[in-house]
Amino acid sequence: MNALGAFVAGLVFGIGLILSGMTDPGKVIGFLDVAGNWDPSLALVMGGAVLVGFFAFGLAGRRGRSFLGGAMELPQRRDIDTRLVAGSVVFGIGWGLAGFCPGPALVSFGSGQDKAAVFVAAMLLGMLAYTAAERLIHEPRRRAKA
Amino acid sequence: MTVDWAHFTPWASLAGGLLIGVAAAMLVLLNGRVAGVSGILGGLLSARAGEIGWRFAFIGGLLAAPAVARLVAALPAPRIEAGFATLVVAGLAVGIGTSYGSGCTSGHGVCGISRLSPRSLVATAAFMLAGMATVYLWRQLA
Repeated sequence: MNALGAFVAGLVFGIGLILSGMTDPGKVIGFLDVAGNWDPSLALVMGGAVLVGFFAFGLAGRRGRSFLGGAMELPQRRDIDTRLVAGSVVFGIGWGLAGFCPGPALVSFGSGQDKAAVFVAAMLLGMLAYTAAERLIHEPRRRAKA
Repeated sequence: MTVDWAHFTPWASLAGGLLIGVAAAMLVLLNGRVAGVSGILGGLLSARAGEIGWRFAFIGGLLAAPAVARLVAALPAPRIEAGFATLVVAGLAVGIGTSYGSGCTSGHGVCGISRLSPRSLVATAAFMLAGMATVYLWRQLA
């Protein structure tokens, strides 16, 4: 049931991205092109999503368990640190360069776009590099403690 | 700044956004998880038992969405200006940046803001500004 629910959620998410044009990097860059010919569409996409999300997460926050009985696993951190800001800036640069972010890139890849496939491969490489670097950085400290 | 009325699609944007909200609502209320695509992907790479099934399922849904959408209408051709090198650099930046920043447009922008999370508000402002600055510089240099 969990997997089915997650699959349908992903499907609806993807359809929402397609319908709103977010799988078109041209539309995304049009929104980021504030100094040029500005397309406000992305603001309405996010607005529409948050409109629903606000109520859903409000309800979720008051529950200890999901409707399927599993744990409610919501992020608990409230601190704002350098990693958050620096990471977000680097993400934003990549987003501005290609007009792709993770979700739309996956959907576009699913539709057969070769350029999206290149982006997704590089993105996965970046995530793997991060995971490997984190392990390398923390591994020596763990060994020293043992 | 001029408004790109030719490309502005208020109703499709709102409708698509509502669907995205519904999807995020489904994932959090049924599975107890945040619909942050970078986090869902990243979690696969440092996989723990019990963490893999729902992630593959969600990503599977994203990948299957175009096929379902095509049952209704042909998909418009996307405008992708970036060449191979730019796509690689951009992809690496998105992969690394979302990992360090703990989220992306769906995780921070949609879910985080829905929860009124200060972390997500700051992160969203940061990647929005960075994206806008990047596009501005690109337009100037090109």
